[in-house]
Amino acid sequence: MALTDWVFDGVLGLLVVVLAVAVLYARTLYASIVLFIAFGLLLAVVWARLGAADLALAEAAIGAGLTGALLLAALAQTSTTPFAEQRSAHWTRQRWPATGLALLVGVLLVRSLVGLDRMAEPGLMDAVTQNMADAGVGHPVTAVLLNFRAWDTLLELVVLLLALLGVRQLATKPLVIAAPWALLEAWSRILAPLAVLVGGYLLWRGSNYPGGAFQSGALLAAAAVVLRLNHLLPPVRWSSWGVRILVLLGVAVFLTVAIFTHWLGAGWLNYPLPFNGLLILLIEIAATVSIATTLTLLVVGEPDEVRA
Amino acid sequence: MSDLLLWISGLFFVAGGFFFVAGTLGLLRFPDVYSRLHAVTKADTLGFGLVVIGLSVRADSLQTVVIMVLVWLLVLASGATACQLLARYAHEEDAPAEEEVHGAD
Repeated sequence: MALTDWVFDGVLGLLVVVLAVAVLYARTLYASIVLFIAFGLLLAVVWARLGAADLALAEAAIGAGLTGALLLAALAQTSTTPFAEQRSAHWTRQRWPATGLALLVGVLLVRSLVGLDRMAEPGLMDAVTQNMADAGVGHPVTAVLLNFRAWDTLLELVVLLLALLGVRQLATKPLVIAAPWALLEAWSRILAPLAVLVGGYLLWRGSNYPGGAFQSGALLAAAAVVLRLNHLLPPVRWSSWGVRILVLLGVAVFLTVAIFTHWLGAGWLNYPLPFNGLLILLIEIAATVSIATTLTLLVVGEPDEVRA
Repeated sequence: MSDLLLWISGLFFVAGGFFFVAGTLGLLRFPDVYSRLHAVTKADTLGFGLVVIGLSVRADSLQTVVIMVLVWLLVLASGATACQLLARYAHEEDAPAEEEVHGAD
């Protein structure tokens, strides 16, 4: 490896660690969130340097972008004190136990990393490569996520649904959206179609290259959030039937396919061979729509109207 | 690729790097929100543009050049919009300007 690579990776690794510490010890929660977003973006660059383009995309879209937006939304919902006065004495007292716990988890993680090289040697890579012909898609990561281990992805979608239902149980304040501003509105009118274009591209490309439902869904959700914050979309509420159908579509389509393959086919989520590519595409499209709607609801969802 | 082209692209990289460093210095050293925003957005836009030109000179195909220019345009527009947003918020919150330089506003 060239010297420049060493320098670049070294600086990158150092920055990630420095940012991680800065997130924990920033003066205000707001500063912590901004640093957390920067941390996520650099982590995405780390994944890209390691050649894991799928993870880099997911980290940038979900880890940095969406989680950042969610944290900011949560801060706006919960805080009564101005940003400058947050991070109370309460946190200072909890800081050391939290650091201890994080160190413990860190040690355990490093320990589990030590054996990883040896474990990967016989590995599952061969098994995946051998079965790629029957996978229905051309990209090994997509093949694992939606065919060989489709069960995991189904459960991930269920987890997302449960998260949304959990958030719904909390009494949230109505969303206060600032008055529209011409420049931002104009920019969001350009940005949203671009996000739809790139999101669709990521979804379609996911069959053969890095990309897929989660990255694409996060981008579409970002477009919807930008439009909503500029009053270009009507309020998004769980009480609307359209929204409910969109949220449930992913799990519903996935489960329907699973039940039919179990009933008529070779077993739970073993797709019949000539149709496997088509079924995966169908599941991915439904999952993208559901992920996008769920994430939009999580960030800019309005509480249900109280009926008199 | 000829040495001349490599030298030309190298010059653009150095010029781009200069603007990134200048912008960062401005972000760290300028006295108030508005001039810091000015430093960081202007410098990044220009610095990134120069790096794109430097890379374009080395690019294999026209497609790569077009993609890089499109990325630059997107960064340009989003940087400018984000700068306006932050400045507007700072103005609404009455963030102090070093002197009242924006009296015409």
